[in-house]
Amino acid sequence: MNRMNYKILGGLAILVIVGLILLFSSAFVVNETEQVIITQFGKPVGKPIVEAGIHFKLPIIQIANFFEKRFLAWDGDPNQIPTKDKRFVWVDSYARWRIHDPLLFFQRVRDERGAKTRLDDILDGLTRNAIANHNLVESIRSTNRKLEASEELEEIQDSEINLRIDLGREKITRMIIEAAAPRLQVLGIELLDIRFKRINYVEEVQKKIYERMISERKRIADKFRSEGQGEAAKILGDKERDLKKIESDAYRQAQEIKGKADAEATTIYAQAYNQSAESRAFYQFLKTMDTYKTTLSEKDWLVLSTKGDFFKFLQNPSGQ
Amino acid sequence: MGNNLIVQEILFPLTSQLFNIYNENIGKTFISFCREGGKTMNQELPFDFSKFQFPKIEMKVIRGIVAGIIIFILIFSSVFTVNPEEVGVILRFGRYVRTANPGMNFKLPFGIEQVTKVPVERQLKVEFGFRTEAQRDRSKFSTRAYQQESLMLTGDLNASEVEWIVQYRIADPYKFLFKVRATTLTFRDMNEALMREVVGDRSVNEVLTVGRVEIANTVSKKLQQLCDEYETGIKVDQVVLQDVNPPDSVKPAFNEVNEAQQEREKMINQARSEYNQVIPKARGTAARTIEEAKGYAIERVNQARGEAHKFSAVFKEYSKAPDVTRQRIYLETMNEILPKVGRKLITDEKTTGILPLFQLTKEGEKKEGGK
Repeated sequence: MNRMNYKILGGLAILVIVGLILLFSSAFVVNETEQVIITQFGKPVGKPIVEAGIHFKLPIIQIANFFEKRFLAWDGDPNQIPTKDKRFVWVDSYARWRIHDPLLFFQRVRDERGAKTRLDDILDGLTRNAIANHNLVESIRSTNRKLEASEELEEIQDSEINLRIDLGREKITRMIIEAAAPRLQVLGIELLDIRFKRINYVEEVQKKIYERMISERKRIADKFRSEGQGEAAKILGDKERDLKKIESDAYRQAQEIKGKADAEATTIYAQAYNQSAESRAFYQFLKTMDTYKTTLSEKDWLVLSTKGDFFKFLQNPSGQ
Repeated sequence: MGNNLIVQEILFPLTSQLFNIYNENIGKTFISFCREGGKTMNQELPFDFSKFQFPKIEMKVIRGIVAGIIIFILIFSSVFTVNPEEVGVILRFGRYVRTANPGMNFKLPFGIEQVTKVPVERQLKVEFGFRTEAQRDRSKFSTRAYQQESLMLTGDLNASEVEWIVQYRIADPYKFLFKVRATTLTFRDMNEALMREVVGDRSVNEVLTVGRVEIANTVSKKLQQLCDEYETGIKVDQVVLQDVNPPDSVKPAFNEVNEAQQEREKMINQARSEYNQVIPKARGTAARTIEEAKGYAIERVNQARGEAHKFSAVFKEYSKAPDVTRQRIYLETMNEILPKVGRKLITDEKTTGILPLFQLTKEGEKKEGGK
């Protein structure tokens, strides 16, 4: 009884397990992020499965090959490249791609690792060409917008400011995409974008650039200083000028006022004294008298004649 | 979130692979197990069907335990909570079916439906050129190692170090999870490329000083455009420029420019202050000179008027009796001046020698005059 049960149970278990194995090896889950190519003995069968969900295949003999459906990133190797104007720069770019045609992709490059090497070959090469065929400024600037430099820099001749560009960063990367896209298309890869992530001078060039920047700054600093001195001197000059102007102005005005007053006084005197011949004589007389008062002092000798009016009575009361 | 991604990316291929292995290996063992009646397999297999009967446990109990375990798994694999800042993205056999809102939620058990939680409300942050190291009380920053991120060329082919942060949210969890692989890494690349593009179109002066806000805004705008174009599902909240510096070895020169600028201002201010010390004072002095002159003028004119009036008045009276008045004034004057004069000599026309006349002078003077 027990032995029989074992056998039946064992047999049932085997059947169930085999059934499960068959089920599990024929059903497979395709995630939202995936697409699948079914191969039978290595040969692709049917259309690629791009719909997420549960799918079936023949067990054992068919194999599901999973591929990414999402946008994928490609990160280029930082590359030392000379530009057209002979500057050595490191260029690090990144690209965005996806498996556009999984069947083609599977046939040509098999998997992402294979794709990476092809992408490396094509994109690194094209990036190198693009950088090497243009002046550095073309890959840095995007537009010809006028750079706002400090005004002192604009006078500096060899400054690289406002160099004209013909293409600019955007167009150069567009050119890379245009050149790369058809070559990747045949690999089942769609290239959506490539951009320069980093462009920097290589070490030795960097040092020189830093030196240039330093000397540029020094020049600006010197300019500020001499500007300060010049401005200060100008202000001091202004001071002297203003001082002289103010002082002389005041002197002139004072003299004018005084002169006018003197003139007026003269007119007044003249009007008073010049009324008639008599008044003139009287003025002369009065003034002379005043002058006597002020000019004679204790130490003076006064010699008078008795013939004069004053002493005529001294000897002769009749005055004759 | 990351774990769930791993579950999705790895578990499913893994399970299918596992069954393949099952197929190849365990399948064979079962075949041999059947042949040899299970005796030899007792030690090798992890479980043994024959053992089900030996411990005399009642089938009811076994059924109960099995049912209990199944219910337990059922509940655990079908109930889940979504935190307030998250949503749960639910996949049925890998296929997106719905999004679960915060709170308690149900899904089909046994891995038929799987949930990935995405923090859509949380503001996330990426840093460039530095990393915030400790967030406990005061944030420490380390920058040295990330110089490669921050060093970039400006449009005038100078170098500058720009550090910035980006705050963003996951606006569309579906796109975020299923449209782009390694979304956060891609986001970093986009940031670096765009920041360099924008900085590359500006002069070092603009980057270091006046253009900061404008650069942040432009990058933010372009970044959003690119995020939409790349279908990352990311909503950019803000780009904030942190430290923007010239490279270390150039820094002293930049500082020197600032110093020189200060120096210039200082010199100008000094000159101005000197000007201001002198000129207002001079103006005051000038005003004083002019006022004084005006005073003089008034005085002079008044004097003249007064004297003129006085003269006119006197002359008027004089005209009435000129001889007498003239005489009077003469005598009055003499009266006034003669006592003042020290020595007087009065000569007579008859006197020929001067000597005798000295007798006329005062006593004291007589002797002197006698000599």
